[in-house]
Amino acid sequence: MSRISADQVKHVANLARLAITEEETEKFTNQLDAIISFAEQLNEINTDGVEPTSHILDMKNVMREDVPQEGLPQSEVLKNAPEHQDGQVKVPSIME
Amino acid sequence: MSLFDHKVSELHEQLHKKELKVTDLVDESYKRISEVEEKVQAFLTLDEERARETAKQMDDKLGTDESKGLLFGMPIGVKDNIVTKGLRTTCASKILENFDPIYDATVVNKLHQAETITIGKLNMDEFAMGSSNENSAYKKTRNPWNLDRVPGGSSGGSAASVAAGEVLFSLGSDTGGSIRQPASFCGVVGMKPTYGRVSRFGLVAFASSLDQIGPITRTVEDNAYLLQAISGLDPMDSTSANVAVPSFVESLTGDIRGLKIAVPKEYLGEGVQEKVRQSVLDALKVLENLGATWEEVSLPHSKYALAAYYLLSSSEASANLARFDGVRYGYRTENAESLIDLYKKTRAEGFGEEVKRRIMLGTFALSSGYYDAYYKKAQKVRTLIKNDFEEVFKKYDVIIGPTTPTPAFKLDENTKDPLTMYANDILTIPVNLAGVPGISIPCGFVNELPLGLQIIGKHFDESTVYRVAHAFEQATEFHKQKPGL
Repeated sequence: MSRISADQVKHVANLARLAITEEETEKFTNQLDAIISFAEQLNEINTDGVEPTSHILDMKNVMREDVPQEGLPQSEVLKNAPEHQDGQVKVPSIME
Repeated sequence: MSLFDHKVSELHEQLHKKELKVTDLVDESYKRISEVEEKVQAFLTLDEERARETAKQMDDKLGTDESKGLLFGMPIGVKDNIVTKGLRTTCASKILENFDPIYDATVVNKLHQAETITIGKLNMDEFAMGSSNENSAYKKTRNPWNLDRVPGGSSGGSAASVAAGEVLFSLGSDTGGSIRQPASFCGVVGMKPTYGRVSRFGLVAFASSLDQIGPITRTVEDNAYLLQAISGLDPMDSTSANVAVPSFVESLTGDIRGLKIAVPKEYLGEGVQEKVRQSVLDALKVLENLGATWEEVSLPHSKYALAAYYLLSSSEASANLARFDGVRYGYRTENAESLIDLYKKTRAEGFGEEVKRRIMLGTFALSSGYYDAYYKKAQKVRTLIKNDFEEVFKKYDVIIGPTTPTPAFKLDENTKDPLTMYANDILTIPVNLAGVPGISIPCGFVNELPLGLQIIGKHFDESTVYRVAHAFEQATEFHKQKPGL
């Protein structure tokens, strides 16, 4: 049985903000299905009562003194922006 | 004979005695690059003008009494996912084709302090996703030992450039084996330090809980010196560890009497080529002759590491790569109708196939309704894998096995099925999941292709890993062989 459908792949691509073609949809459906089927071997293991590890270091909320520092100059920060105007990055209109 | 056949300590001595100049070292790099780069294809960007200028200034300092560190004047290559101010950094992706970083990574700052000279930026799999360098958007780096073979990945350029003698040493990054696997394929020394040992500030993030920067060198001693220079707590990376950095070189005593080695049966089992297995058994004999003992152990959850890794690393990647949206930096599509359309087209046009596949897998694993079944399950399995290591390290000093199941494979051999390519990393991935340090050192050849021995240590015990690696290296000749380019 297929674990993931073409519609799901399209939904995931939308969540990931990735335009995909029909051809890619088909390819990703097959490949993700194979990878997810492979990953389901994890269900063989009983993990009841096992804590998840998100990070191997035993640390939480590393704090530092809040000391004001000079930021990067605006011209530097905008240097790599594809489009900018009046010191701000520019994007297509958001409101209809 | 190349200048880079000498160790750092020897070159330093020659500089000190004024038998050698920094410009000689930089000349050696660019001369070799002009000879072999067409074949090897290890570099994405060269920084020749600046490097030569810096070398001249450093030669002026050679005549003064000013103290010079051990790495003073040493030519280095840097993987192209480590940001370098004013030097193009692409992550081998089209989406960062013209990206000109506005700050240096902490490791790059540390290299500046140590006064190394950056020769250029090295090719890799796009965003460090891959095991062959075939996922670079720009070029396919070749294995210097056999140009029909891959150098490994993702730090393929970092390993190939050192093996080919284009640089003295390099920096790579390792998320699931990306330093150790190419080091193994190219016959050089590659260390993935303990998670938290080296600052990740300025390393373009792939999977933040797994990524570590580490050194690739010709010898274990050089490796220890380079790791020394880049290690330590960094206020800019809250996951860098507040753990003292010992002198790694002091651990290179050659004495491993009484050392207890664990050899996981899972690392010599199914999928591992017979000649690879034999090279590890031969290496264990060498170590026994030096006074170590070894026993077979089990890391019972090893077989689940690959699946857990791909779920976790892809999930983290899908979040980390959300920043590439065509707004603040990088490539932007030319025909966007709206902001959402701009994001989608920019990413579709800017990312390569493997990167898209992992973003899709990660987004799926984190999406509503699947999070517990895939992402959280993988995190729990990660705990079990980490516990496996902790259990073994209660009784043993190091764990030893092969770095890879096979020597370097041919270009295009594994590109059709993603799962076949992923299986290459089966022996290196558990080390990242557990966060422990691991090194690959040359331990043999099959059909003139190098093989790597993997030595894994306890958290923050790189010293013991180096001690064992160095003792083995001193007792063998594998590291002295060079590719006949």
